[in-house]
Amino acid sequence: METLEQIKARIETVVPGVQLQIVSNEARPDQPSLLVSPNHALGVARFLRDDPQLRMDYASNVTGVDFLDKVTKEKIKVKKLVEGVEKEVEETLEKSTPGYLEAVYHLYSMALKHGPIILRQRTVNRTDQAKLASLTPIYRGAEFQEREIFDLYGIIFEGHPDLRRILMWEEFKDYPMRKDYVPPDDFEYEPTPHDDVLERARKHYPAGAPTS
Amino acid sequence: MDEGLRSELSKQGIFTVKMQQILEWGYNSSRKNSIWPLQFGLACCAIEMIATSMARYDLARFGAEVFRPSPRQADLMIVAGTVTKKMAPQVVRLFNQMPEPKYVIAMGACAISGGPFKQGYNVLKGIDRFIPVDVHIPGCPPRPEALLHAFMTLQRQIDQDTLFGANKPRHLDKDALGEFPLPQFGEHDIEPPYNKEVWEPPKMVRE
Repeated sequence: METLEQIKARIETVVPGVQLQIVSNEARPDQPSLLVSPNHALGVARFLRDDPQLRMDYASNVTGVDFLDKVTKEKIKVKKLVEGVEKEVEETLEKSTPGYLEAVYHLYSMALKHGPIILRQRTVNRTDQAKLASLTPIYRGAEFQEREIFDLYGIIFEGHPDLRRILMWEEFKDYPMRKDYVPPDDFEYEPTPHDDVLERARKHYPAGAPTS
Repeated sequence: MDEGLRSELSKQGIFTVKMQQILEWGYNSSRKNSIWPLQFGLACCAIEMIATSMARYDLARFGAEVFRPSPRQADLMIVAGTVTKKMAPQVVRLFNQMPEPKYVIAMGACAISGGPFKQGYNVLKGIDRFIPVDVHIPGCPPRPEALLHAFMTLQRQIDQDTLFGANKPRHLDKDALGEFPLPQFGEHDIEPPYNKEVWEPPKMVRE
């Protein structure tokens, strides 16, 4: 199979206006992934499936990833006038990067027995613009997995034929696989609590019981 | 009849019993020797339950080999496996559809407490929060011998049933719950999280 750089270059000639970015993977340096903008994702997936050299006919796995809002602190040395004398003063800059959600597709070729090509889509934020393009029209097998991502991460897949919750019940409001999800408080009976379970179990201890 | 006269008579070969004792003996021994379990499994514990019913462990020795596919013909529910919160109302509904007298065995760590999934958002921390459980079996999954032991424990318990008094079973108690309310699907959890009539969190006072 070609390298991801070669595939990226070929996609850019075939799909006009596409924004592609190669994202490296620290855990698997041999498996970088291709970040694609949602409005071109369908075209890219169609190319990967139909191109005679690639023939990525099988979406083996579709999953979601949650990235929280990040606040990074950076120390910068700034030259300032302090009491009439120029001095170097350290200042901390706080940078906040908004979080986002991702859908990751692992594509393989059954016909040519190669792969994977890892395709990622990234949402704008985690709240009102958590929208991505559904690849179910290209890969029929992605239907249930995209529904699962919608159920557990709250990503809305536009173009999905039947987008509704698949594991949790319809009335459920939360997205349990998000990192900031707080599970319901049913810690009233914990015979052997420890760590954060102990913290939550303590709130249910009868009044007057020692808390430490 | 007082005990002295009774033992005196029995020395002469005359045995006396109360009508109630005959009835209880008849009811209890016919019930305990022909328990029809509901054919119903939720997870891997069900595989052990199936193994128990097959030739090697042979549940038929205890008269319980007739697994019924309908709750209306069953009198024992073996909750074999993880009860998810989404499945909980269906389990309670199946139990409601079984005719009295009916019994419940909670089989395995998941059914008795949530097991390895206890801290999950989606698993019920024990089916005894919604229906009365007669026998709990620990294990993940319990061996077929453990299920056989639970059967024998249940049989011994059925043997203790009386027609009157504090020990009388649920179906003879006018004040007992006939139907167990189904939990509803809420926005964050099932509502209520447990049935207060059946289960209350044990008060644990710690050092």
